[in-house]
Amino acid sequence: MEQKFIDLFKETLEIEDREIEMTDTFRDYDEWDSLGLLSLIAMIDEEYDLIIESNTFQTLETVADVHNYIKSKTV
Amino acid sequence: MALLKFNNIGIAGLSACVPKKTIDNYKYTQYFEEADVKNIVDKVGIKERRFTDDTMCSSDLCFAAAEKLIKDMSIDKSEIDLLIFVSQTPDYRMPATSIILQNRLGLSKQTAAFDISLGCSAFIYGLSVVYGLMQSGGFRKALLLDGETRSKVYSPKDRQTAFIFGDGGVAAIIENNSKYGESYFSLNSDGSKESYIKINAGGYRVPSSTETLTEKVVDTHGNIRTEEHGYMNGADVFNFVLLEIPKDIKLLMSFSNIALHEIDYFVLHQANDYMNNYLSKKLKLETEKVPNCISKFGNTSSVSIPLTIVSELQKNLKERNKMLLSGFGVGMSWASAIINLENCFISDIVEI
Repeated sequence: MEQKFIDLFKETLEIEDREIEMTDTFRDYDEWDSLGLLSLIAMIDEEYDLIIESNTFQTLETVADVHNYIKSKTV
Repeated sequence: MALLKFNNIGIAGLSACVPKKTIDNYKYTQYFEEADVKNIVDKVGIKERRFTDDTMCSSDLCFAAAEKLIKDMSIDKSEIDLLIFVSQTPDYRMPATSIILQNRLGLSKQTAAFDISLGCSAFIYGLSVVYGLMQSGGFRKALLLDGETRSKVYSPKDRQTAFIFGDGGVAAIIENNSKYGESYFSLNSDGSKESYIKINAGGYRVPSSTETLTEKVVDTHGNIRTEEHGYMNGADVFNFVLLEIPKDIKLLMSFSNIALHEIDYFVLHQANDYMNNYLSKKLKLETEKVPNCISKFGNTSSVSIPLTIVSELQKNLKERNKMLLSGFGVGMSWASAIINLENCFISDIVEI
């Protein structure tokens, strides 16, 4: 589950030259921008059938934060 | 619940007008790096847009579209009893642009004319108002005009909106005829999301001042705009669309008792290519049933649904077509409709 999420996250932001970690602060990625955010919204909707309100999303800082939030809403 | 059903009213003819001035989006690089521009343009899928010049208004585009349609269909102007202009880029704050257009088009003084101020949902809202008034039986023909010059609304220095919007105008002749059968509408509003897409100043809540016309850097990305430019929170809008639009379309399908496979064309508001593709996928629509003109004209707000029909379906419409239309945006306001296009006349696109 965790590795699958990391792979999806990486693929969504089109990060091709390195591995990413659950502890990464994703807003620091060079690939992170408003278009990346749209892709992430679409990925989470498609894979987990979940829409994260932007006020909530702003409080999520690491890849793990996003993953944990999804887990808390989809179990 | 704003679910409506009408009988035997329909669109007899449709025309569109766009400005000649064509913007090559990949070369729209005066404020941003070429590589950034390419990245954005590839994602939103908008290759070209049409821009009006400083002197041209939405009403000019609608006027040209209306004149073309009236001539092509040999419409007797004295039979037009209703004129509605839908737009959020009118000529003046007052009077209403529809009234100026009544005179300009040479329509009778006994024409009912008024404006409707809505954004991307406006064509469907406008159509529902026309259908409602036509149902009374008192009107012979109605002219629905829908024009936008969104190129004038957004800052070219704000990357959230600089590459998205274009200008256009359309005209539709609507009449009573038993051939049209039943049509269905769903109309919705959510004012709690008023800040998703907005122009903060220049109205009466925050009047225009030197301050509201001063350019400012508005975020950490260095985007620049004034309080009188439009802004859009793309992520919030995308969330809103994913949450509300599939739900609204399903509601309308169940209200009308029409199945998805009975629909010939799904014409969605042309927001951007990424969002539209995702929405089509989510709704499990067949690609060939979802026409789009976003790459040619960009997001023309309320104009985009009828412009897509004129631009993409002129040669493809059969005698009888069941259409599902869905428009969503500023407000937030959203509307869906199922209508029959029966031998609908479509003019060639006018360029001015």
